[in-house]
Amino acid sequence: MTEMSFLDGNMLDGPLRELFAVDVSGATGRCENCGVVGPMGTLRVYSHAPGLVGRCPSCAEVMLRLVRSPSWARLDLRGTTFLQVPVPLDQPHPRPL
Amino acid sequence: MLSAGPTPRVPLDTWEFVITTETGAEYRWSWSELMALPQETPQVDIHCVTRWSKLGTTWQGVSLDTLLDGVDTDADYVMAHSYGGYTTNLPLEDLRGGRAWVAHTFEGEELPGEHGGPARLLVPHLYFWKSAKWVRGLRLMTTDEPGFWETAGYHDYGDPWREQRYQGD
Repeated sequence: MTEMSFLDGNMLDGPLRELFAVDVSGATGRCENCGVVGPMGTLRVYSHAPGLVGRCPSCAEVMLRLVRSPSWARLDLRGTTFLQVPVPLDQPHPRPL
Repeated sequence: MLSAGPTPRVPLDTWEFVITTETGAEYRWSWSELMALPQETPQVDIHCVTRWSKLGTTWQGVSLDTLLDGVDTDADYVMAHSYGGYTTNLPLEDLRGGRAWVAHTFEGEELPGEHGGPARLLVPHLYFWKSAKWVRGLRLMTTDEPGFWETAGYHDYGDPWREQRYQGD
C-alpha cells in the first residue's frame, strides 16, 4: 500500500475560481500555526477527501478547507492569518480615509 | 480510502486511547490493555459520503459499550480525536447499543495505516467520515461542537439513509 499523496496548491485555482476573481495560487498566505509566509501555490493539497484540504508546506497544519455542495461552496481559512493578493494600482481598492 | 492529510505512524508501544469526561476525568487504555478486553467481530455495511458503499465488511475490535462501561458522565455528545489532528462529533448515544467499535482488524488483517490503523473508530450506521481513522480518544461533551469536516459544512449527524451530507440536509 502506498503513502497517501498530495497535490501542490496550484490546483486550487480552478476550484476557487467560483469564489475569487484572482488566482489564489499567486496570493501570499501566512500560516496561523507556524507563521511561515509563502505562496498559496506551495500548499500541500489533499483532494482525496470529502473536500479539499490545503496544508502548510512547513508545519503540515491545515491552512485551508474547501467544501463544495450541490448548492454552495464553503471556504474555511481559520488556519490562514492573511492572504495577500497582488492588486495593481489602477484597480479600485480600499484606502484609509 | 479518503484522507485529509498525511498518514500518522503510531508505534503500538506509545499508542493509547483516552476517554475524557466533561469533568476532566480520564480513562486510559494502552494497546495491550485494549487487546486484553473482550473482542467482537462485527460484519457491517459501510457508507462513504462520496457515494460509495461497501457491503458485508468484517472487522475486529472492542465495543464502545465495553470502553464506556464504568465511565461516569452526563454528556450527550462526543468529539472523537485522532492522531494527526482530525476530529469528528457524534451523539454519545450513537456509540452505545452495540453500534460502535474501536477497530484494529479488517478482513482478518491488521488495519493498515492508510485505512486508519493501528485503530480507528467504526460507526457503520453513520457516514464513514464519522468513523475517525487513527483514533486516540473521545472527549465527552454536554453540548454539541462541530469537528473537522463539520466546521467546513458537513452534517453534524450524517445519517446515510437520510443522505445527511451537508448542513441543512
